[in-house]
Amino acid sequence: MSEAALSVEEVVAGYVPGVDILRGVGLRVDPGEIVTVLGPNGAGKSTLIKVVAGLLRLRSGSVRLFGEDISSLPAHRMMARGVGYVPQTQNVFAKLTVEENLEMGAYVNTRAIRRGIEQAYALFPDLQRYRRHAAGRLSGGQRQMVAIARALMLQPRLMLLDEPSAGLSPLLVGHVFDKVREVRDIGVTILIVEQNAKAALAISDRGYVLAEGQDRVTGPAQELLENPEVGELYLGARRGLA
Amino acid sequence: MAQYIADGIILGATLALGAIGLTLTYNILRFANFAHGEFLTFGAYFALALAGVLSFGPNLGSLTFGWSFLLVIVLAAALTAGLAILLDVVVYRVLRRSDVAVALVIASFGASLMLRNVVVFIWGPQPDYYSRAIAIAHPILPGVRVTTDEIFVVVLAAVLMVALHLFLTRTRMGKAMRAVSDNVLLAQVTGVNVANIIRLVWIVGGGLAAVGGIFYGLTVQLIPNMGFNLILPMFAAAILGGIGSVYGAVLGGLVIGLAESLSVIWIDPGYKPAIAFGLMLLMLLVYPSGLLGERP
Amino acid sequence: MIGILSYLVFFLIQALVYSIVALGLNLQWGYTGLFNIGVAGFFLVGSYTFAILSGPPYAAHLGGFGLPIVVGVLGAMAAAGLVALIVGIPTLRLREDYLAIATIGIAEVLRLIALNAKGLTGGSRGAQSIPRPFQDVIHSNLLNNAVYLLIVIAVVVVVYYALEAMVRSPWGRVLKAIREDEAAASSLGKSPTSFRLQAFVIGCVVMGLGGALNASFVGFIAPTDFMPILTFEIWAMLIAGGSGNNRGAILGSVLVWAFWTSMGSLTQSVLPSDLQVKGGALQIILIGIVLLAILMARPRGIIGEEAVVSREAQLGGGDGHD
Repeated sequence: MSEAALSVEEVVAGYVPGVDILRGVGLRVDPGEIVTVLGPNGAGKSTLIKVVAGLLRLRSGSVRLFGEDISSLPAHRMMARGVGYVPQTQNVFAKLTVEENLEMGAYVNTRAIRRGIEQAYALFPDLQRYRRHAAGRLSGGQRQMVAIARALMLQPRLMLLDEPSAGLSPLLVGHVFDKVREVRDIGVTILIVEQNAKAALAISDRGYVLAEGQDRVTGPAQELLENPEVGELYLGARRGLA
Repeated sequence: MAQYIADGIILGATLALGAIGLTLTYNILRFANFAHGEFLTFGAYFALALAGVLSFGPNLGSLTFGWSFLLVIVLAAALTAGLAILLDVVVYRVLRRSDVAVALVIASFGASLMLRNVVVFIWGPQPDYYSRAIAIAHPILPGVRVTTDEIFVVVLAAVLMVALHLFLTRTRMGKAMRAVSDNVLLAQVTGVNVANIIRLVWIVGGGLAAVGGIFYGLTVQLIPNMGFNLILPMFAAAILGGIGSVYGAVLGGLVIGLAESLSVIWIDPGYKPAIAFGLMLLMLLVYPSGLLGERP
Repeated sequence: MIGILSYLVFFLIQALVYSIVALGLNLQWGYTGLFNIGVAGFFLVGSYTFAILSGPPYAAHLGGFGLPIVVGVLGAMAAAGLVALIVGIPTLRLREDYLAIATIGIAEVLRLIALNAKGLTGGSRGAQSIPRPFQDVIHSNLLNNAVYLLIVIAVVVVVYYALEAMVRSPWGRVLKAIREDEAAASSLGKSPTSFRLQAFVIGCVVMGLGGALNASFVGFIAPTDFMPILTFEIWAMLIAGGSGNNRGAILGSVLVWAFWTSMGSLTQSVLPSDLQVKGGALQIILIGIVLLAILMARPRGIIGEEAVVSREAQLGGGDGHD
């Protein structure tokens, strides 16, 4: 079996001592895949991605990046290892310009700034037009593009997206996910955590459904869309999401 | 009238340099560091001690000092930056970590009191001056007389502010500092070592404050309470300009300096700090985010 | 023997007057989490207002209305409350640090007014001959002091029970709720700002009371009695005793005052007279260090049970757990 880009095994984690949010979660993402983690509120999706991104210490289990154990790697070393993380909220430097946001994306390797910026403007032409604007002044959708572009600056091997559709209108959601697909097409493996199951699964290869801190169901994206169990976990009704 | 404006600008130079450090630490470390005034005091007194030792060469033109004093300024600023970091490590960080209920604000107040008294203990309570040379005031505009020292102060202050601006907008570290000030979590995610940036904030803030203190010592006098007497105007400047905004601190410093200077036209000079206080309260009532700060 | 007794009475009066101020501060910090670093200012307002209202006619400055002592005390409390409103209203709805800055500011401004407004306060010479109760009736100094001690003890007891009652009342419970979960409290329709303002004003009123008692006891006041070091003293008393605990405030006051005065006598007797000022500086430095050491060793103070968790510390634990 070829090496997984990301391998999460039996992870237990939480914020408050004694209270576990994640209770033994496992998943894997193969190179070049887009995998989405779904689940109702409180299931632990955001917690999971924070653990992978190094923002929260896991209590037991392991996280491996292309075979290498990164369980105790702190967040500020992730970029250098090739992991780009896009938080759900406050994911841009509001008072810095768009271009300065991108520059910060290449903070750990400033020689790659020019290349990163060129690629960013190629993927997100809008950003070039607004490059001297303060990021905080842009619309929600544009800010999301800045956030993603910033995480892309050093050509990460793995990108982590925490609810990329949050706060966006349906039209923009589609636009964002189209962009995510383009990012995968240039060679980035992607793990998404999402509330909006349909939109995310539409571009994903596989998915996991989290409930109460554990992965319950997994399979190809299409299957999950039609799986009644998934529908039940989400909507309390035995029918698929499609 | 014009003389008062000139005097206000000179005072404003000191206040601006002090307020910059204050606004940075307030924004990034999220507490009001009352001991910041003591960075001015120590900067000035370090310079006094160093000037006693490092005094060579003739005075430069009609300045009351020579090249050696420039070296003294740099060294004093460095020493003060060291003091700032020492204060953080010994007092603030310890208190943050030990989960003591007393807020850092109170600790900084206590630290400020102790530091002032260290100055009294070492140098004594009497006023001091860098040099016994008499500074002659020259007319530069109709009705405006300033000493060459005062011109030096304003020019150097401007140079430092431009340098700071370039640092913040053109260098990697400077942008990282702005990033940390904007969004600490995201800065971490991009690989910024926040602990290093915090150290840098203390160094820049403490260093600039030291120079501000030396300016005050040069143009007015040295006295152990000098920093404490200026902490209120500095806070007023930072709040007026908008906490977290370096440019706001500069603007605020100028405004407060001018206001205090002009106020002697109508009010007893003993009340100058009250002017700063009044402006500050007014700002908090009407527009708390400050002139250049974030919208509430 | 009489000497020691006399000294003890003197000492206790001072300590207990400070304890009243500490009780006021405890309401603000211990129960409401407010940073009042201008304690000396409210104490000053109390002292000067009392002097102006109840003092004998002064040639040099305003006041000396010769009003009954009780009126002077009430006036002192009201004045302190008024100043509290002026400072509290703009700042309490904002970040807690702003109150700290504003209180330090008002203390300085008040001291400057006391120093400069000679027509109002006597300037740097201050106000003299401030009356105390029964001074015309009881002529023995020791007896008069003893009576004053009883009065102060009575006031401490009244203030203590009043504050305890307030804290355990529904009002106090709202205060606690606001301190622990502001969002929940305001969703129930209780305005946190208004409650904080009330706690702040009441605390300052108590401080004004302390100021009046101080002026009455000592008999003369000057701006140099109200320097920031006084604020530091009161905070030290509260911290040593254990903030959040009224008994701790009283005990802390007595202990810290004992420590303070003994340190003072020590440096005074050991150092030659030309080093006195530096000795004073050294005294403050050493006290500060000892205080810090106490803080590290016993973070909750000597009695303190109810530690206050400031709002900064409470904001931990991640956002949007999912």
